[in-house]
Amino acid sequence: MTAYPLVVADSATMLRRNLRRMRRYPSLTLFVAGLPVVLLLLFVYVFGGTLGAGLGQVAEGRAAYVAYVIPGILLMTVVGAAQGTAISVAMDMHEGIIARFRTMDIARVSVLTGHVLGSVIQTGLAIAIVIVVAVLIGFRSTTGLTDWVAAMGLLALIALAISWLSVALGMAANSVETASNTPMVLILLLFLSSGFVPTDSMPGPLAWFARYQPFTSVIETLRGLLLGTPIGTDGLVAVAWCVGISVAGYLWARRLYDRERAA
Amino acid sequence: MTTLDPRVAIRATGLRKSYGKHLVLDGIDLEVAEGTVFALLGPNGAGKTTMVRILSTLIPADGGEAHIAGHDVAREPDAVRAVIGVTGQFSAVDALFTGEENLQLMADLRHLDKPVGRQRIGELLQRFDLVEAANRPVATYSGGMRRRLDLAMTLVGDPRVIFLDEPTAGLDPRSRRAMWQTIQELVAGGVTIFLTTQYLEEADRLAHRIGVLDRGVLVAEGTPDELKRLAPGGHIQLSFGDAAGLERAARTFQGAARDDESLTLQVPSDGSVNSLRAILDRLESGSIAVGAISLQTPELDDAFLSLTGDAHEEKVAIS
Repeated sequence: MTAYPLVVADSATMLRRNLRRMRRYPSLTLFVAGLPVVLLLLFVYVFGGTLGAGLGQVAEGRAAYVAYVIPGILLMTVVGAAQGTAISVAMDMHEGIIARFRTMDIARVSVLTGHVLGSVIQTGLAIAIVIVVAVLIGFRSTTGLTDWVAAMGLLALIALAISWLSVALGMAANSVETASNTPMVLILLLFLSSGFVPTDSMPGPLAWFARYQPFTSVIETLRGLLLGTPIGTDGLVAVAWCVGISVAGYLWARRLYDRERAA
Repeated sequence: MTTLDPRVAIRATGLRKSYGKHLVLDGIDLEVAEGTVFALLGPNGAGKTTMVRILSTLIPADGGEAHIAGHDVAREPDAVRAVIGVTGQFSAVDALFTGEENLQLMADLRHLDKPVGRQRIGELLQRFDLVEAANRPVATYSGGMRRRLDLAMTLVGDPRVIFLDEPTAGLDPRSRRAMWQTIQELVAGGVTIFLTTQYLEEADRLAHRIGVLDRGVLVAEGTPDELKRLAPGGHIQLSFGDAAGLERAARTFQGAARDDESLTLQVPSDGSVNSLRAILDRLESGSIAVGAISLQTPELDDAFLSLTGDAHEEKVAIS
């Protein structure tokens, strides 16, 4: 069995490797941060007037929509980063250096944790950029520091969960093309949530699905923490989903990494 | 179950591996003594890479056992990984990193202390002629430089057993020679090397023992000289002073190829002392005067082609 400090040391080495690779290949990071910013502007300035008016709040439709859409855009940032992670994992798995790592006496999981931690850091940077843009176009939080810290904590948690999932997706993909496509399902799932329009406005079964899928609980919790809307049980449900997805993603990724690879 | 001779660096018994219905390795037995070079020779698709992948803990075997430096590959993979180094067919370097960063990555993963790592990296850059290119991204390296860096990365951990999967494939003659020299230096330093190759010259020049792998079966194993003797085309050439001598010899050795022009007779032989003695005895009892005798040993090429050709019914084994 691997000793604890070995896991930490090797994971740190692998994290440094991934961060350096991100710096050497910055276009992927820029894309990861750029996509949600573009979507934010698109939703606010193109759809925002109409969508905001439909929220049922008095006047200032567009401004109201900025506030409404921010949690969804933040999750879009997380999911967009996941796509980048899946791509870079798939690229990495096809490199000979992974075979080298497998023949070395290192903590096996460190190859994966290096990618996951790198992905969480990348997501964090992208989220910071998105928040700056959001504030520039008029987003104002109505809650205090504690709630903000809690919101950032929840974002870190969902980023961790989605990163493990995307590392597994990247490894499950037979090619880099597949790896860039499979996380699209997550983006679609995000549209079927309370991120962009209230779930009540959707027809019966879809509304039910949208209400109970994982992203909605996270979005509702973020909304509560940033804008003071009621959170209810969503907070606990959100944390449970994050932990569940993290564990499932971790186990899946490990299994894929340990599996015998065809020659 | 068996007590392992510490001087055996690599031992495989009955290794089997198949992918679906395709049988890749069909019961391989081999032993490599410490501090020697073993070359696994075979055509494309013979199972050479699969063999390396099993011995280097990359994939499990379906059956059989393998030990590296006394450690079971399947049961103690980490102990095996601690003593081996692998340089594969496809370059195992990070193309986005510089040469030095790649070496530093290996030093970190081998948990070398900072100063020790620095010194080792410096030595390796020097030894593999990469000092000038040390701070350039590997993406700008030539094939030969990449291969050198690849091997340098393998050596950061000071492995006792090194697997080289087609180490000179695609290299120009000069880089190939440099690689050969490096391998010879490593062996001189006591390292055991298991290499796969398609090049007979390479096996002939580097290996103490050669295993010929064909369609998952080790069709022959021995020293380069032993293998050469297995080849058809080995013969003893007798030269005669006159046509009468040739005539009498030709009657004595039925089936030998005679050449009236040069007054020579080629008697098939495996080149062993016994066969030579038998020929001399028959010449003497027939009182045939011979001008000169020469032994023509076949090239390793002949052995290789005959062993891996279509004649699969006969499986030769010498050990």
